[in-house]
Amino acid sequence: MGKFQLFPVQASTLAPEVDHLLYFLLAVTVFFTVLIFGAIFYFAIKYRRRSENELPHVQHTGYTLEILWSVIPFGITMVMFTWGASIFFTASKPPNNAIQIYAVGKQWMWKLEHLEGQREINELHIPVNTPVRLTMASEDVIHSFFVPAFRTKQDVVPGRYSTTWFTATKPGKYHLFCAEYCGTNHSGMIGWVYVMEPMDYQNWLSGGAAEGSMAENGKKLFEQLACNNCHKEDNSGRGPNLVGVFGKQVQLAGGGTVKADEAYFRESILQPQAKIVSGFEPVMPTFQGLVTEEQLVQLVEYVKSLGPKPGAGPVDNGQKPAPKKSSNAGSTPANR
Amino acid sequence: MITAAAQEREHYLNASYGLKSWLLTKDHKRIGLLYLATITLFFFIGGAFATLIRVELLTPQGDLVSSETYNKLFTMHGVMMIFFFLIPSIPAVLGNFFLPMMIGARDLAFPKLNLLSWYLLVVGGLFSLYAMLAGGVDTGWTFYTPYSTTYSNGYVVATALGIFIAGFSSILTGLNFIVTIHRMRAPGMTWFRMPLFVWAHYATSLIQVLGTPVLAVTIVLLFLERVLHLGIFDPARGGDPVLFQHLFWFYSHPAVYIMVLPSMGVVSEIISTFSRKAIFGYRIVAFSSVAIAVLGFLVWGHHLFVSGQSLYAGMVFSFLSYFVAIPSAIKVFNWTATLYKGSISFQTPMLYALGFIGLFTIGGLTGLFVAALGIDIHVTDTYFVVAHFHYIMVGGALMGYLGGMHFWWPKMTGRMYPEGWAKLSALVIFLGFNLTFFPQFILGYLGMPRRYHAYPEEFQVLNVLSTAGASVLAVGYMIPMIYFIWSLRYGKVAPANPWGATGLEWKTSSPPPVHNFEETPVVTHGAYDYASLMAEEVEVG
Repeated sequence: MGKFQLFPVQASTLAPEVDHLLYFLLAVTVFFTVLIFGAIFYFAIKYRRRSENELPHVQHTGYTLEILWSVIPFGITMVMFTWGASIFFTASKPPNNAIQIYAVGKQWMWKLEHLEGQREINELHIPVNTPVRLTMASEDVIHSFFVPAFRTKQDVVPGRYSTTWFTATKPGKYHLFCAEYCGTNHSGMIGWVYVMEPMDYQNWLSGGAAEGSMAENGKKLFEQLACNNCHKEDNSGRGPNLVGVFGKQVQLAGGGTVKADEAYFRESILQPQAKIVSGFEPVMPTFQGLVTEEQLVQLVEYVKSLGPKPGAGPVDNGQKPAPKKSSNAGSTPANR
Repeated sequence: MITAAAQEREHYLNASYGLKSWLLTKDHKRIGLLYLATITLFFFIGGAFATLIRVELLTPQGDLVSSETYNKLFTMHGVMMIFFFLIPSIPAVLGNFFLPMMIGARDLAFPKLNLLSWYLLVVGGLFSLYAMLAGGVDTGWTFYTPYSTTYSNGYVVATALGIFIAGFSSILTGLNFIVTIHRMRAPGMTWFRMPLFVWAHYATSLIQVLGTPVLAVTIVLLFLERVLHLGIFDPARGGDPVLFQHLFWFYSHPAVYIMVLPSMGVVSEIISTFSRKAIFGYRIVAFSSVAIAVLGFLVWGHHLFVSGQSLYAGMVFSFLSYFVAIPSAIKVFNWTATLYKGSISFQTPMLYALGFIGLFTIGGLTGLFVAALGIDIHVTDTYFVVAHFHYIMVGGALMGYLGGMHFWWPKMTGRMYPEGWAKLSALVIFLGFNLTFFPQFILGYLGMPRRYHAYPEEFQVLNVLSTAGASVLAVGYMIPMIYFIWSLRYGKVAPANPWGATGLEWKTSSPPPVHNFEETPVVTHGAYDYASLMAEEVEVG
């Protein structure tokens, strides 16, 4: 039998904030529960029926009391709303200096990949006191990435990227659960988050058997799938040159622009016809069913790495990752 | 009221005999009893699933049944309890029986439609039962896509079809009630003389008529997607799985109010009767039912805070969710204030009504937690939510239903239930319920996700407590089942008005005559006028 707990550990910057709001709500709950239960017991005893024929005479006029007990609770709930919304707002905006990690949920496991190329299944190693941004995709049904010690949860919906972030504050080992019912072995889709001292994390990163960084693997895929036949770096291809595109606004055929973020690249690979870049023909075939979500994030990471400015290191601060060269050869478009 | 005379007098139960006289009846009272038998069966089937779930969760390992079976158990528990027990419960049994009587009508506006509604529920229930016997369904009662459309191997279509059919039962019942309340009130029965039970049913009917068609549409889309691969919810075809959640909760959140509003109506009747006082702030309580029904349609997105819906949509839905809290809070305060300077007696219906207020208060207040965006991130899809909605739907809706059953049992059957046993079982249910579900709040905040067949060891103690509570609760539900049946033969013969209540249904004999009243009542004062009632009794002697 495991150790008995009443309250979860706090292991992220978000956890104490959520818990403080919880304490406030608990206080309000206890107050009103005691008030109502107390009133019921008091009235029930004091005004119990003493003779069969008694008839209470109470005149109730005006709405003073009703107004009072509508307005006061409403005021209290607005405090709850504002407080809860402000926590949610922070929890939805990853800071710019967060390190980037990718997660793919599939029945019934979590696959995680670090930019350096380290891959894990049902385990996630992260450094303490460092913001971590998770970009997540699903191979099949909806999953939900839930770390109770971090008070964080985000559904992972197939067909799009979902993002969450957290800053762990205490080294240790914490539960990772799938919180959205995902089929037969849903309760087996669990794992551990290991929060490590930065030094230990660096050692862990360099210790594994990673075969190249995500961007490098993405580059290999880019060539295997013959993407480079059309997306040439000298602007001579049938598809747009991807160098320096990530994070920019892209002019679309038929007017309008779109921000070239992860979601845009993902969509462009799977549904190339959805948004056509101005000046190009809609000739790209779909890669739906040909690339897995894990390969997609590698491709995206590769495109991100084709940044305009030279930079180095694994830290992704939004839009200027390490530059990589791509080769360009051949002339026929990839097809199914 | 001489016993022998009461026995011989013709009433709706002895006016005709034989299976045909029941299966083809157009009498709202008999149809109410048909519903009672039907939903009691569904309740015990749903309860059996719950029992197996709780026994499985005694140990952290999934060792009693396989994961696949466990997933089917919680799915079928949810489907049975929600669509085939809770949604029909009070409206279809007590509403059917008493709504016409309370407004002095001879029947509902459309008696044949009323019978059809019952048949639709039975056919729908049989479809879902067939699906369960044939192999079950494992999607959860929420049928989230794309699991339900692409990945599940269960009998999704048959189950959903059962719910689709039962939905029409709900729509037609709602329609029947609305028309009846508008058109069939007795002379003098103005809107603000109607009992609050009738107001609550009016509000409920609005939701049934306006919300249930959306569920029907959603099920049709689910069917088209699963069978014809239409692509509405499939991202590979440009669809969106989250769209399903929006459609589903657009009905299923208001459906919570279909379950709990009628229960609030019952509680208003009971609190008033057993404190011999008009409900404090009658009009406010009446309007708050309608307010809950209307606002209930505007909050569905609070089920989707972590689904990836936009940040600002999340904020709007959180904001609106707090609005629903207000009319609910008003009701609780007004019931409590009704007790003030009342003449309070503690027969079983009153125990259930007070139990309702207690459990609904906890259920409602924990609703404030899940409506707070910052906390919902952590507790959504955990046992905290499971505990919260059981406090509302079992602690609230079911306590109200049982309170109402005891309150009106003498009128329905002409027999009293045994008071001592009834009080005991009310107490057992109250304690068993809290022991079952209170630990789940703690479990949820600790992070135990719902729908988990196996769980980490540190959650075991609380799960054992919860299962222990469920055993107590099961006993609590069995006792009324036994003594209600017992009372049909051995119970004391009930007088016309055993509680000294003011409703029109108490002004006719128990059980009522076929046409409810010997002559159409004329209403001269508002509901809950105990002074005139007692004056009349003095006159009659």
